[in-house]
Amino acid sequence: MAGLELLSDQGFRLDGRRPHELRKIQCKMGVFKQADGSAYIEQGNTKALATVYGPHEVTGSRSKIEHDKVLINCQYSMATFSTGERRSRSKGDRKSQEMQLHLKKTFEAAILTQLYPRSQIDIYVQILQADGGNYSACVNAATLAIIDAGIPMKDFVCASTAGFVSDTPIVDISYLEESQGGPELVVALLPKSDQIVEFQVNSRLHLDNFENVLDMAVKGCKDIHAVLSRAVKENVSELASHMNKT
Amino acid sequence: MKVIVSAAEKQFINSAIASGKRLDGRDTYDYRKVRITYGTERGCCEVQVGETRVLAQTSCEVVKPSGARPSEGMLHINLELSPMASPTFEPGRMSSFGVELNRLLERSVRESKAVDTESLCIVVGVKVWQVRVDLHALNFDGNLLDCSSIAAIASLHHFRRPEVTVSGEQVTIHSLEDREPVALSIHHMPICVTFAFFQEGKYLLVDPSDREESVMDGTMVVCMNIHRELCTVQMTGSMLLLKDQLSRCCQIAIVKVSEITEVIKSALANDAQARKEGRKHGFAESKVSSRITTGHMEEQTIPIKKEVDGSGSEDEMEDEEEEEEANGEEKNQNGSDVKIDSPGVGTIGEGLRNTWGVPTEDSDDNGQDTIMEEKATTEADDKRGGNKSCQKNL
Repeated sequence: MAGLELLSDQGFRLDGRRPHELRKIQCKMGVFKQADGSAYIEQGNTKALATVYGPHEVTGSRSKIEHDKVLINCQYSMATFSTGERRSRSKGDRKSQEMQLHLKKTFEAAILTQLYPRSQIDIYVQILQADGGNYSACVNAATLAIIDAGIPMKDFVCASTAGFVSDTPIVDISYLEESQGGPELVVALLPKSDQIVEFQVNSRLHLDNFENVLDMAVKGCKDIHAVLSRAVKENVSELASHMNKT
Repeated sequence: MKVIVSAAEKQFINSAIASGKRLDGRDTYDYRKVRITYGTERGCCEVQVGETRVLAQTSCEVVKPSGARPSEGMLHINLELSPMASPTFEPGRMSSFGVELNRLLERSVRESKAVDTESLCIVVGVKVWQVRVDLHALNFDGNLLDCSSIAAIASLHHFRRPEVTVSGEQVTIHSLEDREPVALSIHHMPICVTFAFFQEGKYLLVDPSDREESVMDGTMVVCMNIHRELCTVQMTGSMLLLKDQLSRCCQIAIVKVSEITEVIKSALANDAQARKEGRKHGFAESKVSSRITTGHMEEQTIPIKKEVDGSGSEDEMEDEEEEEEANGEEKNQNGSDVKIDSPGVGTIGEGLRNTWGVPTEDSDDNGQDTIMEEKATTEADDKRGGNKSCQKNL
């Protein structure tokens, strides 16, 4: 494992990207009919599917009802075939519970929760293929699905990761780069106002390099925002043209 | 169960924070007193951050390594939130709060590679040491994560595992009497510092107490070691922060981490010294005997500012706050000739000196393993000053 050269002398990464380049993003909104909002996103080989139901009446126990804001319910799962080794995953393991919790907090901060008191919004995300940056793919997919469902948010929530290899910050790290044990920084951002919704650092990173890596991750989020907002606009104009025909 | 804080109390705490004051008289960036007490058993310690208490015990056993990493030992950390610590903790299945804390501890200690797991290997692919750190929350008064992270690292440093010799196929685990047990090899000390944010990230406090945690918007945990390396950072909660707020938290964390590291080191050194000299050590020796610990208030400095031209509402708030500080003292004093020997004990007038319940000098000497951070202990003078001005205002 060790000894993989993550950044060549010429400044290229393992998959041929330069340090500041994102993986190719492809996304589609409104992939399911049943859900109120749905979206599919590919960031390189990481593929995620998100569906949103709601706002609707609170299901389950009535004690969960919040009288001044909407209850956000998130579920995160990984498909059995999402990783190199086929494995059925229990929903209750700590890592996915943690992920679920973070997704919930992220969207509680971004959605205008006070508009729907005593109701509930369900966000279900599934990773179809895991190749690094699962959290950011989930957030980006869920953002598109929420926009598709027409639920008002403060802004897009865009998430991206950044790593640090041989004194160079690299953006949007893949599984291979993630698993080498270097630092990983995860940021979810409201790009218009530069406000950070969710922030994580894993593994050791010296404080002197912190600012540079953070800047790189923030730049990654803004680049993702540009891609997502174009996708949303295309989707809306397509919808509008359909409406005009009928 | 969730503890519900009334709207009035919420507003009170928020307005106190907005004016730069805290319920227990600390400053915004002040940490509560950290105490580390080691037990007689190796790897056993109790850590107190203010009134939050966590008990840690490290243990080890020989297991088969995982398939993915045949040459590495295993490290498990588990924090147990028993209902004993707080009525909000439910027995049985772990709450999302518990999962979050456990994951943060795992990330800060295990994933930052604080313990050298390769040195825990006995025979590649066959036998490795599995080290477990079991943490139990004994009392909850906010900031459980910091307390647990200190407990975990302090306990790992104190722990000794049995010596092992391998000759051919033969593996011998020597008993403690047979050979001196060996310490774990630990690369660095990751220590978590928690920041609480209020009013959508406008105000920030270090080391939130239970009350403060119940009204906050979210937390940011910065886990760092003394070499200024970030081990874990986690920001959660429904708040929005700007980039420079993150950087500021990191700068504050450096200072706190170096202070706490010093405390852990000196606690370890004291314990080692006591063991070497064959003095008495362990919990029984370190606890102050003949005193009920609840209701006992830590002495602390409370800076009293004389409000000269404060507006009405602010004055009122100040009064309330001081009352809260003073409620450990008796209320029936009515002159400046009140002598306070220790909290809860006072004498009035010319009578004999009251020595009831006043700890004698030597009872303090027992606590050799007990380290007090921040020599912020204060004399009765300050308190008396506080009471006086309180009475004036009333």
